[in-house]
Amino acid sequence: MYNKGLVITGIVIFVVFFTSPFLIGLVKSGPPPEPELSPKAKLAKQCVEAKEYMVESHMQMLNDWRNEAIREGKRIYVATDGKEYTVSLQNTCMDCHSNKSKFCDQCHNYAEVNPYCWECHIEPKEKL
Amino acid sequence: MGIWVSFFAVIALVVIPLVGAQGGGQYFFGIFIPYVAVLTFIIGFIYRVVQWAKTPVPFKIPTTGGQMKSFSWIKPNPIDNPSSTGGVIVRMALEVFAFRSLFRNTRIELRDGPKLDYGSNKWLWVAALAFHYAFLVVFIRHFRLFMEPVPFFVGALESVDGFVEVGLPRLMISGVVLLLAALYLFLRRVAVPQLRYISLAADYFPLFLIIGLATSGILMRYFIRVDITSVKELVIGLVSFHPTIPKGIGVIFYIHLFLLSVLIAYFPFSKLMHAGGVFFSPTRNMPNDNRARRHINPWNYPVKVHTYAEYEDDFREKMIEVGLPVEKE
Repeated sequence: MYNKGLVITGIVIFVVFFTSPFLIGLVKSGPPPEPELSPKAKLAKQCVEAKEYMVESHMQMLNDWRNEAIREGKRIYVATDGKEYTVSLQNTCMDCHSNKSKFCDQCHNYAEVNPYCWECHIEPKEKL
Repeated sequence: MGIWVSFFAVIALVVIPLVGAQGGGQYFFGIFIPYVAVLTFIIGFIYRVVQWAKTPVPFKIPTTGGQMKSFSWIKPNPIDNPSSTGGVIVRMALEVFAFRSLFRNTRIELRDGPKLDYGSNKWLWVAALAFHYAFLVVFIRHFRLFMEPVPFFVGALESVDGFVEVGLPRLMISGVVLLLAALYLFLRRVAVPQLRYISLAADYFPLFLIIGLATSGILMRYFIRVDITSVKELVIGLVSFHPTIPKGIGVIFYIHLFLLSVLIAYFPFSKLMHAGGVFFSPTRNMPNDNRARRHINPWNYPVKVHTYAEYEDDFREKMIEVGLPVEKE
């Protein structure tokens, strides 16, 4: 092998770089988050839509809600099951999910999601 | 021909997990395939690099774009035609980070009959830069799924990447640029007849694979969403060697993961190895000091020579006998 020193240095850099998630993962890896439902949310049993839909697509719904409420003044959302909800992050969503730090933030922090909801909305005060 | 082979190969690679990633198949596509792919990538990459490092370079190849260092009154170009290791490092860095040789791309056209027209052509350079840097940003952004806790620079990069704040989840500019640049690189192969003529299946396949990978990623982020928390749980399971398959991850994720696995497993055996190969390009990694330092061909074997002095030693007496002049009496 020619230029042994340089080539081996290069290979070591390559291996360390591309296995870094594994090397770090071996040392430490946090457990998956467990978002906690507030008592009120637990009682309601059902969110605006089905749980699977909410888990995957709540951001889409919030985006649509915002656009419809702000731009078209549409303040009533009719869910798939026919129930009507007031379109409001603070008064509808956060009314049940009043525990932002134990509910929203759990997954958001885990997956490094930084929603810009709270640039306009006021974060709910939590009773800790 | 090659274009269709590649196209249907990638279609097949989408269909395989679409059909197979159900029930027990999720373990195959979610755990087994990614591990095999990563191993293939790392071992294959090292193998290729070692093979290259073992290959001797018989000559200095001073194919350069600048004046070489010679007389003191001729101005040398220390970067395009370096005579020192420092110059070589600068040239290599510019090649790796700014794709300098693509910048020199020219176009030749026949105009008005027998008139050849040469012109600069920067589109390939622009698209290649956009493509590679967008891919890098996308790659780094994915570290939010590989690491727990997430390193700080990932969030910072994301907020820059998504600063247009369109939609939710926020539109990431890098994803759009990556897809458009890859599409351009594909279209230029189809649209330019000369390029089409020299394009093979091995040229189209990685492009289709990357276009498929980017498309599945964009679909997964903006349209057919999956539960990102479960996805991260799966990925963290992989990197910490405690693999798990969380329930309820949509099949689009397995398609994305499978395309990625195929891409990195294919990487060491394809033209994509230019990532490692650029460092082994003799025209980039050798200083042009031909006249100052002798380059010895490393595959020179010891040649048996019989010098004149030895010849004279063998035949001295006979030469003196017949009156031939000798150097040593």
